[in-house]
Formats: sequence, structure tokens, C-alpha cells
Amino acid sequence: MKVVNNRAWLFVLPVVILVAFNALIPMMTVVNYSVQETFGNNVFFWQGLDWFIQLMRSERFHAALGRQFMFTGLILLIEVPLGVIIALSMPRKGFWVPVCLVTMALPMLIPWNVVGAMWNIFTLPDIGLLGYFLNHTLGIDYDMTQDPFAAWVTIITMDVWHWTSLVVLLSYAGLVSIPDAYYQAAKIDGASNWSVFRYIQLPKMKRVLTIAVLLRFMDSFNIYTEPFVLTGGGPGNSTTLLSIDLVKIALGQFDLGPAAAMSLIYFAITLLVSWLFYTLMTKDDAK
Amino acid sequence: MSVELRGITKQVAGVTHIKPVSMVLEPGHFNVLLGQTGAGKTSLIKLMAGLDKIADGQILMDGQDVTKLSTQKRNISLVHQFFVNYPHMNVFENIASPLRVAGMAKSEIEGRVQEAADILQLGPMLKRRPHELSGGQQQRTALARAIAKESRAVFLDEPLANLDFKLREELREQLPELFAGRGAVVVYATSEPEEALLLGGKTALMNDGRVTQFGSTADIYRNPQDLTSAQVFSDPPINVAEVTKQGTTARLGTGVQWVLAGDAAGLADGNYTVAIRPNHVSPVKHDDRAVPVKGTVQITELSGSESSAHFTFGDDSWVSLAPGVHPYEIGQDHQFFMDPSKCYFFAPDGKLVA
Repeated sequence: MKVVNNRAWLFVLPVVILVAFNALIPMMTVVNYSVQETFGNNVFFWQGLDWFIQLMRSERFHAALGRQFMFTGLILLIEVPLGVIIALSMPRKGFWVPVCLVTMALPMLIPWNVVGAMWNIFTLPDIGLLGYFLNHTLGIDYDMTQDPFAAWVTIITMDVWHWTSLVVLLSYAGLVSIPDAYYQAAKIDGASNWSVFRYIQLPKMKRVLTIAVLLRFMDSFNIYTEPFVLTGGGPGNSTTLLSIDLVKIALGQFDLGPAAAMSLIYFAITLLVSWLFYTLMTKDDAK
Repeated sequence: MSVELRGITKQVAGVTHIKPVSMVLEPGHFNVLLGQTGAGKTSLIKLMAGLDKIADGQILMDGQDVTKLSTQKRNISLVHQFFVNYPHMNVFENIASPLRVAGMAKSEIEGRVQEAADILQLGPMLKRRPHELSGGQQQRTALARAIAKESRAVFLDEPLANLDFKLREELREQLPELFAGRGAVVVYATSEPEEALLLGGKTALMNDGRVTQFGSTADIYRNPQDLTSAQVFSDPPINVAEVTKQGTTARLGTGVQWVLAGDAAGLADGNYTVAIRPNHVSPVKHDDRAVPVKGTVQITELSGSESSAHFTFGDDSWVSLAPGVHPYEIGQDHQFFMDPSKCYFFAPDGKLVA
């Protein structure tokens, strides 16, 4: 006969509470906001799916989403190959290994708002080191506070500077885990450097690169602090990414309902794209 | 095809790891490199393969100087002790990889891979990935890659060391056939003297980065040219003792003595080192000339049909290896008999004198 022991619930309780406060309750609060309208005083009016429908038709949302995809796409296209190239050219043993690793890790140790502020000052045309140099020494017309193109170049460069190291460190970890014997076998087979990369290094790096792409996707898709401090979304709306727009709606305009609906869609897109990346990149392993 | 080494050496940070090695390796038989771990077998193979730079000397393949030629261009194969196959390629692709790199026609690749796979009984496994294979199958894949490539020289670096006993015996029997008639120089590194004897051909004995003796396997087993060579080519280790020769009498420090005959009798009086293989020290007296040695038994081992006993007498520790089962008692004195005609005499500088 089975003995029913309800004490088991006590053991899962801490996890239930943790997950509830950490994820479920905040999430459901947002869901709750997303289907209602409020003007404060804790008074709510039922809206149904109105906010969602409104958002899906909103040109402002489409534009922000488009900018977000462009930003994430560009930084992935630059950071992943660049990170792999840097990792490949780093020494595998000797005195320079720790030097390279620490130098690589430095940008990632800097707080995000400091990174934004740093690049802001760095690129100011009148006093910034880079801004002044470009404008006054090289004679290139560069002002990221006025010119949307310059603003984009700056936020992309900043992100590449800040986060390529992550791809480098992960790829490097994958590279150093390859035993010498494989390189020797490839040499004996008569393989060229390209074949060694294509058939030995790349397959060995695949798993860590999957992680790197996923992390960089999620991080860059949800990025807020650095571009907010650097450009504040401007000039105009040219660098207003999704998260910046979201904060404007929620805290600037205090439209809690639409902001909540936007959060949920934002979250759904992040989740969907991450899942797609993961499924595509691990497809071969399943076989 | 031949591989000729002319005084090649290897240095790491100013320290000489391989002392000048000169020898000519030929096809048609196995060239065994025999030595303990750390003797320099793998280092020497890496030098021949071009994976490490030689500090001095020359390597010739077929009379052509390849010293400066990169590994990629030397047309060689190497099979490691641990199984090296490309993990993301199946068995077929693994065997085909050097041929594909060489840009060979597809039909020819298929023919060669099929042939190599048939010889090594890998036919049914061509579609599998290395991690789906047993250790023996993985190593056979590596061997098939070496065979399909039809390279000028094949280096086998303790290829059987990581396989279990049964597989090792099976593959060891097949190995000489696999490479017979292929015209490649086969170099086989091992740390087991028994393996060198089973494979035959020629053997180079290695110790401390030096080739101490090179020649036909059976010949150098019977005639070690110095004490180190005798020690390298003996398992269990060869028994060694200091001996004083006076007239026709040889005397060990412990009082064991016997009358010399043959070459040894003609040596000048003085101190020598005597060495005798464990299988010539027996607990049974086979003939009247056998010299009795009384020792205290320390360790005994029974390996099926043979029993060995490690015993001490005086400062010396010897091993006896004899067929049959013998009732040794640990810590007890036993009488052993050595065959004086099987003794090697080495001068104080280590050279064989009788």
C-alpha cells in the first residue's frame, strides 16, 4: 500500500516561492496590466486585447523593432567573426596568454553606464579625443549628436568594443580544448590552414559559439543602458531601440497598459529567436 | 623507399633531448623503437614526421633531403597511442580525409577507402562516427587511414598500448601483414620487449634520448653491445651483479663463484659487471655446471605457465623466471641455479666484453 506523505510539499516549497517571486508574479502582473487601462488610484478598466492590436499596427513599434533587429544583426555579424579571428590569433601557451586574456576581459568589467558615458565623452566633436581627432585632424564631419549615421556607427563600435571579448574568450576556451594530436593528424594528412580551421577548429568551437551567439543575441536585443547613456535614443528617434522606446512609453508617458503589452511581445520575440538560433545551431548534434 | 637519419638531434630550451641518432630504416620489415617511457621514442618519431624541429643533422627519404620539408609535404602517416580520428566525420570520411586533401578523384578515393576498410574489417562501420566505435575499431580506423594513404613512411607510436589484451594480440598479429608488400617504411614504437620480439624485423633500442643499439631484432637480443642495451631489451629486467675475475674464477661479492669457460675465461683479471636474463636463473638444477645462488624470496608472481620470483642475496636483487609452478615462500631462503654459459660480461664502461 502506498503511504501518502504530504511533507514532500514542504521540500519543494522553497523552489516554488523562489520561482513565484522571481518569475511568475512579476510576469503575471505584466500580463494583468497588458489587458487593462489605468489612470492611477488603483482603478482599472478592462481592455481585452486592444493594446496588442494597437501595438501590432503601430508604426512607431515597427520602426523601433526594425532598428532593434538592425542593431542586433549588425553587432552579431561583426562580433562573432571578429571574436573568432582574434581567438585564433591569440597565443595558446606561454607568457602572453594571461596578458591577452586579462586585456580581453577588461572591457567586460566596466559598468554599462560607464561604458556609455565613456564613449559619449570620447566621441564629442569639441572635447572628445576621437571626436576632435576625426573632425579637426582628419577633417571628417563627425557628430553623433546631430548625424544619425554617425550615431549608429558609434553605438555599433561601442558594442563591438564592449562585447567582442565575450566571443573571443568563449572561442578561445573551445580552441585550447583541442588536443595537439588533432593538429598533428591534420598536418600529416597534408591539410592547409583553412582545412584545419574548417574541419577541426570550427567543429570544436561550435558548441561554445552557439552559446556566444545566444548570449550576444539576448544581451544585444535587450540592450538599454549603453545606448541610452550614449545617445538617449537620438538624434531624433534614430537610435531609439525597443527597450528605450519601452521605457519612454511606460515611464515617460505612463501608458502602463500599452507598455505591458509591448513587454510581452518583446519577451516573446526574444524567446522565439533564441529558440530558433538554438534549434538551428544544434541541429547536427541531434543526429 | 628508405628513411635515413644522419646525426639528428633535438633540443628544448638548450637541453638536448635526443642525442645524435644515425640509422637507415628500410621497408619490408618492421623497424621497432624499443625503450621505456621517456626514452625518446615519440620525440624521435615527431622529428622524423617533421612535427618538431631538429636541432642538427639531416633526414633523407629515398635519398632526398627532407630536413626542411614541412610535415604536410613529407607524405607520411602517423598512428598515435590514443585514438585520433576527426570526431565530426564518419569512418569513411576519416579514412578518406588525407586523400581528399590531396585532391584525389572521387572514384579512386572510394576504391582505396573500401580496400583499407575491408582489410581492417571496418566495412559495416563506414557510416558511423568515431564516438560510436569501440577503442579497437577507432584504432583500426586510424590504421586504415594510414594504409589508404599509401604514404612513404608509416609511424606507429605505441598503437596498441590503449587496447585491451585480446585486441592487442589480435591486431599485433595482423599488423605485419597489413603493411607487407606496400613498400612503406614502418616504424613501430613500443615499451614492451616482448612486442619487439614478436614483430621481428629490426629494432633500435632507446634509452635517455639515445639509440644504444640498432640491428636485427633477434641478433641484438642475443648480443647486446652494452649493459644499457641489455637492460632495455629484457622483461623482467635483466639480473646484474658486480663480479671479480681472477684466473678462471668469477666471484660475486656474496661469495657465489664459478669457473669460467669460453670467451669470459680469456678476459684480463679485474672487476666486471655480469648480467643474466631471468629465464636463465631457475629454481631447478638442469645440469651439473649450473651455479647455485641462495637468495631470500621477496615477491613471487605466477603467470599461467610461468612463475617468477624476486629474490635478494647480499646487496643484489635478482629475478628468476621458470616454467611451471614452484612452491616459493616469501621471506624464506631458496636455492636458485644460474646457467654460467648465458652470462654477459660488461667492462666498467658498459661495453660487452664476453
